[in-house]
Order: sequence, then C-alpha cells, then structure tokens
Amino acid sequence: MTTLQEDKLLDCSGLLCPIPVIKTSKAIKELQIGQVLKMIATDPGAPADMEAWARQTGNELLDSHKDGEKFVFYLRRLK
Amino acid sequence: MEDWRLVIQSLISKSPISKQTMSKSDPNAPKRLALIASKGTLDWAYPPFILASTAGAMGWEAAIFFTFYGLPLLLKEPHAEVTPLGNPAMPMKMPFGPASFQNINWPIPTAVMALPGFNALATTLMKQTFRNKGVASIPELRAMCVETGVRLIGCQMTMDVFGFKKEDFIPECEIGGAATFLSYAADADVQLFI
Repeated sequence: MTTLQEDKLLDCSGLLCPIPVIKTSKAIKELQIGQVLKMIATDPGAPADMEAWARQTGNELLDSHKDGEKFVFYLRRLK
Repeated sequence: MEDWRLVIQSLISKSPISKQTMSKSDPNAPKRLALIASKGTLDWAYPPFILASTAGAMGWEAAIFFTFYGLPLLLKEPHAEVTPLGNPAMPMKMPFGPASFQNINWPIPTAVMALPGFNALATTLMKQTFRNKGVASIPELRAMCVETGVRLIGCQMTMDVFGFKKEDFIPECEIGGAATFLSYAADADVQLFI
C-alpha cells in the first residue's frame, strides 16, 4: 500500500452537506498546484460528493476510504 | 418506420438549432446555475442556499433570484420559520434527551399546531435539530454564497408590492426583475424553481 503524504489537513467531522464540500474548496485554494489535501468527514454523503466535486473542479481525488466511522479523502490540487 | 424515426432523431441532434450548440458560445466557460427562490419558510430556504453555495464551491457561476415569499431571505436578519401546519410529512421529533426519546415521532393534532406560539416552538426545535446534526444555519449558508461569488438578486416587483427597501437587505445583494433573471438563466446549464 502506498502512503500518501498530505500538505494540509482539513477535519470536517460532524458537519453535514454542503459544508465539507465548501470547506474543501476553500482549503484547496490555499495549496500550491500539485500539493495534497487530506480531508476527514463523517457525513455519509461525502464519498459521492467529493468524487463529484473533484470531477467538476478538475482536481484529483487520489484516494477515498473509510477508516472506522470516518471517511478519509486525499485530493491533489490540479487547477 | 423505426428507421425513419432514427434518421429524424439523428438529424435533430445534429442540427444547428439543437440545445447543445445553442448553449454558451465558449465551451470552456464555467457551468452556470440559475435558481428562483420563491418560498421563505425555514425548510424551503435551505435548498437554494445549499445548491448555490455548493455550485460556487465547484467553480460554477450561480445566481439566486428571490421573489415573492423568498425575498425576505435577503433581509439583514432573516427570520425564516417552519410550520407543520398543512405539512403532515414533517417529522415531529425532539432534539434532546436519550436516543429512544429523540426517535419518537409525536402525533400532534392539527388543532394543537394552530395554537399561538406553535410555529415559534417548531422553529426553535427544528433549528436545534439542525445544529445537533451539524447543518449550517441559513445566515451561514448565505454568507458562504456571498463568499463564493453567488449573485443574490432581489425581485424589484416583490419589493414594491410588500414595501421593502434596498436598505432592508444585505448590501451584497442586487435588485432586478424578470428580464434580469431570464437573461442570466438563458445561458445557464441548470435552472430550478424552488
């Protein structure tokens, strides 16, 4: 298993739609192009939403997995 | 017969007047969302603000046209309330106490719902439920819309009818009419009336 290293961590635990998406879009703009954001959420809608967000914004969803009660995402800023 | 239909369909889809080619001239332009918010209760206030702020977060252009009862959502202090009256689908649950208590859907008689103060009570409980679950408030979502560049357009005609002034609303909003909305919506990829 490859280990992804994040440049920034965003914790959206306990927040529901649409806040994780909005916070992610804000946070990724603070990164340089090519850097990686790790986002943690508990919203069960987050996996589908983050995939859609990445597709729409042209950023890359490197990894999306469940870790216990939490959903973990690694996103690379491409735009 | 089937063949003819297919031929006609393919002609229509390739014709220069099909929607595909009629949409925005620049194919690289961001997607655009055009919403009409026509209702001002707490439950109906959520969808336009959620969709528009999310569109903004996805790099889309977005605008909400606030008309009729949706217009007060632009007030500096919006006071959207919720009522279970005429809405039998609304869950009547308590946002406090043990889980077994919170899961009870109380069978409140309609006559009780009509008592003075019931709307205020239902609104307080609904807002508490939203807070408990981690849902943003309407002022927070509206601020997110402003932050992500969503255009908030108040309906001039509704202002005149109900006696609102531009100064009553948040300074980030603009005022316009049906033509303003239509000229924006004509180039939109998604248009919804809420």
